Amino acid sequence: MSSRESILNAIRGIEKEEKPLPELPLFGISEDVETGFRKSIEGNKGYIVSEQEFLNWLSEASFPKVYSASSSYASISTLSLPEDPHDLEDLNLAILEGQFGVAENGAIWLDDQQLPHRAIPFITEHLVIILKKENLIPTLHQAYDRIGLDYSGFGLFVAGPSKTADIEQSLVIGAHGAKSLRVVLC
Amino acid sequence: MSHPQAATEFLKDQAKAKWHDETLWFVRDKRDRISKTIPEWEELRNLASQIKENVLSKLDVYLEEFERNAQKNGIQVHWAKDAEEHNQIVFSILQKQKCTAIVKSKSILTEECHLNPYLEKNGIEVVDTDLGERIVQFLNQPPSHIVLPAIHLKKGEIAELFHEKLHTEKGNEDPTYLTHAARLHLREKFLKAKVAITGVNFAVVETGEFVVCTNEGNADMGVHLADVHIACMGIEKIIPRRKDLGVFLRLLARSATGQPVTNYNSHFRSPSPGKEIHLILVDNGRTAQLAREKFRNSLKCIRCGACMNTCPIYRRSGGYSYGSTVPGPIGSILSPGLDMKKHSTLPFASTLCGSCSDVCPVKINIHEQLYEWRQEITKTHGELGKGLSMKLANGIFKSPLAYKISGNLMRTALKTLPKSLIYHPINSWGKGRNLPETPKESFKDWYLKNRK
Repeated sequence: MSSRESILNAIRGIEKEEKPLPELPLFGISEDVETGFRKSIEGNKGYIVSEQEFLNWLSEASFPKVYSASSSYASISTLSLPEDPHDLEDLNLAILEGQFGVAENGAIWLDDQQLPHRAIPFITEHLVIILKKENLIPTLHQAYDRIGLDYSGFGLFVAGPSKTADIEQSLVIGAHGAKSLRVVLC
Repeated sequence: MSHPQAATEFLKDQAKAKWHDETLWFVRDKRDRISKTIPEWEELRNLASQIKENVLSKLDVYLEEFERNAQKNGIQVHWAKDAEEHNQIVFSILQKQKCTAIVKSKSILTEECHLNPYLEKNGIEVVDTDLGERIVQFLNQPPSHIVLPAIHLKKGEIAELFHEKLHTEKGNEDPTYLTHAARLHLREKFLKAKVAITGVNFAVVETGEFVVCTNEGNADMGVHLADVHIACMGIEKIIPRRKDLGVFLRLLARSATGQPVTNYNSHFRSPSPGKEIHLILVDNGRTAQLAREKFRNSLKCIRCGACMNTCPIYRRSGGYSYGSTVPGPIGSILSPGLDMKKHSTLPFASTLCGSCSDVCPVKINIHEQLYEWRQEITKTHGELGKGLSMKLANGIFKSPLAYKISGNLMRTALKTLPKSLIYHPINSWGKGRNLPETPKESFKDWYLKNRK
């Protein structure tokens, strides 16, 4: 007998009464979504910026390697998308569009449509996500309601820069992934 | 080594033990504060518990449906009845890829299966990429906590270790400096690895996808750069619907570290074009635990570690004192199911205060199961040291006269007896415990005087 069959048979052999699957309410939040989202992103050590603040920061930083997957900022790209994501190892900045943002925790949803390589939000040194205010929702319940059963090979909730507290619980930003996250809320 | 013996070792360094206790309490306190910002917190716990109970009541049906959907998505599904088979499956995939070096993100299951030593014996270099896990891997230690693997180490120790392994400046203990040194070291590994291994936080039946949560982004750095992603999961990680993730992701990070969500929550449904995803479904004692009705719902666990952070014993004895992959209260109800003899002292490593059950996001009755395991273990392995004094106490409590006399005797005796007699090696109750001050009179005497 295969392990698959032996595992399934072992489970089938246990006498169990079927328990019901509960319906899930769509819980909300008490504050408005923009205030909540701002607080969450800042709590996660990201920044919320206006378009002007973003452009000012960009010209000051003058990064050599920038890639924008957002068509609105295509002119900022200094490179075209390589075939192999390993070639992005020294990418300074990636600009991506977010589908929607969750106020309660700052999570922003992206899937294969926004990610020409799945490695981009992780391998880049700095990450900027463009998000429309009208696409802010209260909690993860509304988020999954919105995603529904839509197909994407990969989907990501990103809520802040890469971080760790593995050394004496001291928070350090920039563990392996992006060292900063800026959300351009427009 | 039994839990009391190992805990005694841990407590020898009193300053460090105190620091450990306070650090974990700090994490517990963060969990408390953030949970109180969610008015529906208790309702979420109820829902999570009900979803998991539903899963455990028809796990066979769900596993088959999950497998079908995952295969439709292009994921290659494997089944392993035990740790050995799991390790062999991983190794056979690596052989097929002619791969001799892998990166691995945090997976308690692969710790449980002792995957690293197995692969290393077969000539594979394994690099744990979670910072805490890399630290303990350098020391040839297992994680001492399932969420905070290096919580038993001070930054001075890590600085010394990194100086030796990564050639950082001697004596530089700055966590930012040390983390960035690890970042550079691990980037090199990520860029070279052809195969990446991850654990699984949740596997969704209706979509055939699985979700991996990290704060560092190490799981994603590994898998998106590698050609092959191997994901290892216990069969209990199943949830029925995608929208159930809303409940679990709201609870997981808040319970684990007091943050609203982990910074990266990756949903893997299909491999990128030209790449492969392998998913290994592992039993390794889980169907046996499912068959034990009293202990079945320990399989609801989502590995947040909240029960460890709150446990007065865990905080004061450290993760290693448990000698099991999953330490703390939840480990003490899971591990005896795997090897009752080896883990016979774990269910006694508890005050039965119930704090673990109170913080558990899926409402496992942990402290009640600890008590149940005590009954099982005492039946199988006979009475432990405390048995004799319990028998004596039973005799005294049965007879009102014996109770009265012994009460008077003890109030006098405890005041006058030398300490060496009370805290004697054969009195296991005296170990690590201080008696309270003895009152001058019994409650009965006080009541007779004061009832008017």
